[in-house]
Amino acid sequence: MPAWIYEKTIRLQLLSFIGKVPDRKLVARLKLAIFLLCLIPLLRLFWLAFHDDLTANPVEFVERSTGYWSLFMLLSTLSLSPIRLMTGRSWQLQYRRMLGLFMFFYACLHVMAYLWLDYAFDWSDIFKDIVKHPYVLVGASAFMLTLPLAITSNNAMIRLLRERWKQLHKLVYVIAILAVVHFLWLVKKDLREPMLYAAILVLLLAIRIYYRAARRKA
Amino acid sequence: MIIQTKSDILSSEITPKEVFDDRRRFLQQAGFGLLAGATGLLASPSFATSGNLPAQYKAGKPLLKLPDFTKSKYGTGEKLTSFEDITTYNNYYEFGTSKNEPTVHSKLFKPVPWTVSIEGQVKKNKTISIEDILKLAPLEERIYRMRCVEGWSMVIPWVGFPLAQLIKWAEPNSNAKYVEFVSLADTQQMPGVNLPILDWPYTEGLRMDEAMNPLTIMAVGLYGEALPNQNGAPMRLVVPWKYGFKGAKAIVKIRFTDKMPMTTWMKAGPAEYGFYANVNPQVDHPRWTQSSEKRIGAGLFAGRIKTQMFNGYTEQVGQMYAGMDLRKNY
Repeated sequence: MPAWIYEKTIRLQLLSFIGKVPDRKLVARLKLAIFLLCLIPLLRLFWLAFHDDLTANPVEFVERSTGYWSLFMLLSTLSLSPIRLMTGRSWQLQYRRMLGLFMFFYACLHVMAYLWLDYAFDWSDIFKDIVKHPYVLVGASAFMLTLPLAITSNNAMIRLLRERWKQLHKLVYVIAILAVVHFLWLVKKDLREPMLYAAILVLLLAIRIYYRAARRKA
Repeated sequence: MIIQTKSDILSSEITPKEVFDDRRRFLQQAGFGLLAGATGLLASPSFATSGNLPAQYKAGKPLLKLPDFTKSKYGTGEKLTSFEDITTYNNYYEFGTSKNEPTVHSKLFKPVPWTVSIEGQVKKNKTISIEDILKLAPLEERIYRMRCVEGWSMVIPWVGFPLAQLIKWAEPNSNAKYVEFVSLADTQQMPGVNLPILDWPYTEGLRMDEAMNPLTIMAVGLYGEALPNQNGAPMRLVVPWKYGFKGAKAIVKIRFTDKMPMTTWMKAGPAEYGFYANVNPQVDHPRWTQSSEKRIGAGLFAGRIKTQMFNGYTEQVGQMYAGMDLRKNY
């Protein structure tokens, strides 16, 4: 095995244990790797669609899958800060924006699947569905709230808004709660899966609250 | 000296090998599930098995041999939903709550031997085997629309006979105003029954006139063959003008009552599921649009079709509900 591979591997392993800061090159490579990984769910949908393998109810499958991956990205985004709080490591925060934008990306696909594949842009039916069914309303609200966050996700906006940017992006917590409620209310009777994500969200929020309280005391 | 004593366990009580193996497989999968669940990947429908199931899970050779049947005048003129879709997309919580789980978990289910008991307001309680049920009346093919309360629909070529024929044989007395159907809840054969998701056994019911309506059938077959396990083998109820959940599967007990029976879904969500559960585009459900539906098999870009009153069977069943407030009696 060439020495440099060995060296890199060791370095990666050490990283996860002692929180050594990776150099910029490694950060960039990891970023590319995460980017490509985040595209897999989309490629998988195309693959399954191409092979006519999207189950008997393909529209539902696409809606469920994109919704799930949006929630997955959201929870991933929210897990980076707790890692910092617990380990003191902060370099992983460099991936937060990308993961957040992937959440938005899959949420857009989710909404498109709903508007186009499910309702064929029948706006009167869509309006009725949103108003009459609480889980749809909650989901639609969550999506609307992601729009300002996506629009202000670039550096220029961060510089322009400063403190207000921080305030604005706290909306992500509201979005996360709405997204989990959306899932909980959609499920007919077997709540195990949405409860799992609710539990993960509660954990991620609890870690923040715990450290905030500890800091206040100190 | 070794004294050999006869085992007091009947050989029939010992777990059959395939069930034993299946349980091992289940445990292995559960173990894997914990691992994957930790990363939040497994439980998602996006990672669950997709449409084309492995060959060994496709409906195997049916155990029950159906007698000959005739084509009937009941047909919808619509394109039939494929056998593949009908047998891989099922709501059958006894075998799991995902649509693809019943196909997989019902593989080793044994629909024969099977007896159905007749109880309640009848001349006398009795039981009947599935083989004898098949001799009660000539079988016919009935092509019916099936509308699920979740907003999707299929067109299914059932093979069955009018429930009225079975009721005639059951000899209900004059107090019988309703019929209750109880499904099998076997913790050994049905993994879903071990979870407290519904109040087992699955129970459904019909008013006597609904049960006697010529459209109401007991289905024992599908696409000309015995009913696959995941579709409710060996015998299930089909009431085409009602939402699909009214069609109790794997029926083991039929009870005639003087009071309206409490059904499983009424207990699970009284605000969402009523006793009548007639397909009605005007009465919305708290979760799903009921004015339109998705036709299974129509493809990714087909959009929705309008849902019809009584699922399009108003002519045959509408008079039974004359004068009733269907908004209240949902």
